[in-house]
Amino acid sequence: MKHIFIKKLAAVFLCLSLSLNLVACGNNTEAKEENQIIVFNYGDYIDRDVLEQFEKETGIKVLYEEFLTPEAMYTKYKNGTVKYDLICCSDYMLDKMIKDGEAREIDIDSMEYTSNIDNDFWQVSKSFDAQNKYTVPYFWGTVGILYNTSMLDFVPDSWEFLWDKRFKNNIIMQNSVRDSFIPPLVLDGKSINTTDEKVLRKALKRLEEQKELVQSYLVDEVRDDMANEQAALAVIYSGEASLASEYNEDLEYVVPKEGSNIWMDSWIIPRSSSNYEGAVKFLDFLCRDDIAQKNFEYVYYSTPNKAVLDNIDDEEKEEDNAIFPDNDILKRCEMFTYPGEEAEKLYNRLWKELKVY
Amino acid sequence: MVRKIKNVAGKLYLILILLILYLPIALLVISSFNASARNKAIWGGFTVSAYKELVHDETVMGALYTTLMLAGGAAFIATVLGTLVCIGMINMKKISKSFIIGVTQIPLLNSDIVTGIALMLLFTRFVGLSFGTMLIAHITFIIPYVVLSVQPKVLQLNLSTYEAALDLGASQFYAMWKVILPEIMPGILSGFLLAFTMSLDDFSVTYFTKAPGIHTMSTMINAEYRKGIQTEIYALSTIIFAIILFVLFIINRKSEKAAKLEAESEV
Amino acid sequence: MGKSSSKFLAGPYIVWMVLFTIIPLCMVVYNAFTDSYGAFTMENVSAIFDPVNAKPLWLSFKMSFIVTVACFLIAFPLAMVLWKYSKNRNSFIVMVFILPMWMNFMLRTLAWRLILLNNGFLNHGLEMLGLNHVYLMNTKAAIILGTAYDYFPFMLLPIYNALVKIDKDVINAAKDLGATGFVILKRIILPLSIPGIVSGLTMVFVPSMSEFVIADMLGGGKVYLIGNVIEQAFNSGYADVHLGSGLSLSLMGIIVISMLVYKFFDKGEERSGVW
Repeated sequence: MKHIFIKKLAAVFLCLSLSLNLVACGNNTEAKEENQIIVFNYGDYIDRDVLEQFEKETGIKVLYEEFLTPEAMYTKYKNGTVKYDLICCSDYMLDKMIKDGEAREIDIDSMEYTSNIDNDFWQVSKSFDAQNKYTVPYFWGTVGILYNTSMLDFVPDSWEFLWDKRFKNNIIMQNSVRDSFIPPLVLDGKSINTTDEKVLRKALKRLEEQKELVQSYLVDEVRDDMANEQAALAVIYSGEASLASEYNEDLEYVVPKEGSNIWMDSWIIPRSSSNYEGAVKFLDFLCRDDIAQKNFEYVYYSTPNKAVLDNIDDEEKEEDNAIFPDNDILKRCEMFTYPGEEAEKLYNRLWKELKVY
Repeated sequence: MVRKIKNVAGKLYLILILLILYLPIALLVISSFNASARNKAIWGGFTVSAYKELVHDETVMGALYTTLMLAGGAAFIATVLGTLVCIGMINMKKISKSFIIGVTQIPLLNSDIVTGIALMLLFTRFVGLSFGTMLIAHITFIIPYVVLSVQPKVLQLNLSTYEAALDLGASQFYAMWKVILPEIMPGILSGFLLAFTMSLDDFSVTYFTKAPGIHTMSTMINAEYRKGIQTEIYALSTIIFAIILFVLFIINRKSEKAAKLEAESEV
Repeated sequence: MGKSSSKFLAGPYIVWMVLFTIIPLCMVVYNAFTDSYGAFTMENVSAIFDPVNAKPLWLSFKMSFIVTVACFLIAFPLAMVLWKYSKNRNSFIVMVFILPMWMNFMLRTLAWRLILLNNGFLNHGLEMLGLNHVYLMNTKAAIILGTAYDYFPFMLLPIYNALVKIDKDVINAAKDLGATGFVILKRIILPLSIPGIVSGLTMVFVPSMSEFVIADMLGGGKVYLIGNVIEQAFNSGYADVHLGSGLSLSLMGIIVISMLVYKFFDKGEERSGVW
């Protein structure tokens, strides 16, 4: 009796899997012939509706993939497993890719909406893309401390507080090499782009000491964990901070007085791209007024897009100093650059030592 | 007296483990109905909105579809290949047999991560990643479970019936289909189910051989949970669990009936 | 006889396994012994002795050892109880214990996240009872708990399957001859269930040894296992296919050696499967 039942069950399974399979294979071959682009981006860094709208308007299919850290992105890209058409990443990694000859020149002038990007940001971009030939700015921001005012009765305006024993098990650090080295380097009064092994070793020592106080090393989870009051302090990107404080009113963001990092995330078309036209179309689409607006509202990071910025009233800009930081904050911030292969290896080695500490 | 205490202790132990096993799942189920958006440990009222959103959530539904397709397809092909080799081994020399058994052990002894990496190296070197390569990867690591399930049944086979069928003029294929296959069917079925389960549950191999834009349940959850609480995922897990419970319930009903029938026939 | 033609049925399988098991492994070995210029090197294989790799390896070993032992200690008595109450392995009561395995592995781990978070279910429960919070999330204990939970059925089923095969007449005979419960356990049940125990130990130890995603989800980036090292070797800033392959090969070697040690005690008895 039971056997008959199991037989029937199995038969259903078999038929189901077979038919599903046929459908799948059909889909697969179709997808290959279709016009498509493969987009590689940070986690939760685009409004999914934008992708859909793009597909609808242009008929170009978007295969969307996400990565956690710039380092992870570069490795995946270098593996060559997937031929990405468009990658969004941060300044120093873009610097590296351009220097390595991994970037394809973009004919920015031919694009309809790139003029929406404020000239200031083309200037800032020059620190990694000297002639504004390879990248189109997407979002930018600072790195600072997000803290919960219900757990802290003062403003932790110094990186020192990340070493404060009172916050044992209440600190969240960024789980990414360059970002985690910002606090110790800045505290030591060094450049966050240093390649000096002695200086970096000293910074590592500080981070190792800090490890017992740290609750976790996270990337995308920081925002939510802070909103959930898992921890009192977290190193975080400004955009994430302002989203988090929208979820939880007790959260405030501060850029420590010693200085910090200002970053720029831009789009790049890698050499591997097999659909340059599609990629450019997508880029232009992202800069278009209505799309940039929509995307800004979803991602809610500092945008370089004039068309969007003009729509925001000054009051809102005053209120949210995470997304619209004052000039004197920006003055004490430094941008990352690519430190060269040797130094990169050193950074990675030190990072690994911290992880196994 | 001692016996009684032992019995009670045994039952208590059983219940305790069951509680621990099911508690996390129960919490997932409860969370799916919790309206509190941030912290699921605090009850924020009852809602089924997650279930409504689930249907429209392309990421989750796409992942579910891919997972079922992958598990079904891979388990089916693996079952066919695995069954064929077990039958093929009947008349094989010892050396070739031990070669096959040895090869079968490799994916079992290899950790998933190494299997995944090895396949990734192969695919990226020669063909690039696609749904097809994911399917190949899954078949590769679940095949041994099929072979291990079917082989004992093949060893128990009484070949004289098969030979008799041949003597009576049945073709080899016919004799295999009519004599051997029914006898090893239980092994094939449990092999299929085991393979299906393994494929459904896999993360490591899929993680390394994943094609762009395609997610299975495991890789989707791994990517999504970081971005915050995804009540839809809990809703989905509740649905999956309900289906499993339903299947279990039916199996139980059928086996009770079978037991009854057996008891009656004995009388 | 003409029966020999049935041998060809094994053909597709052999081709498959050569293509997708043996050749990929050869590629791992090739990558492990070459550098990025294709020259021979031992560096990648000996990298396992570098403290940044050896430490996580040792940690993985310790943690999977604890997981395996814990699973065994919980599963063995449970299997005995189940054996008593169930007729065969398809019994309802046995299925109930397999069921959680059908929930997705990631979902099961995610559930533990919900429980262990600083203000998760566990701490809310403790709060209600007026007890202090425990900070289990992002610790080794959390990973051990999660791993043990995930792999528990793989320990239970083989042991149970081995127990079911034991002829109850043997035990009754022993009882009639005056053997105590302890003696029966030691002299009959334990020796006869060894194949199942060995299977169970293998099926829990091997995957937990190379686990990386549970450590990721419950360890908060603070606990770094050999699985994480290898995964990062392929997916992160220090990505190096050759180093990753070398480490994979070392891990494989260590697992095979551990298995040989098991085998030594196994004495070539028939293994009992999961199902």
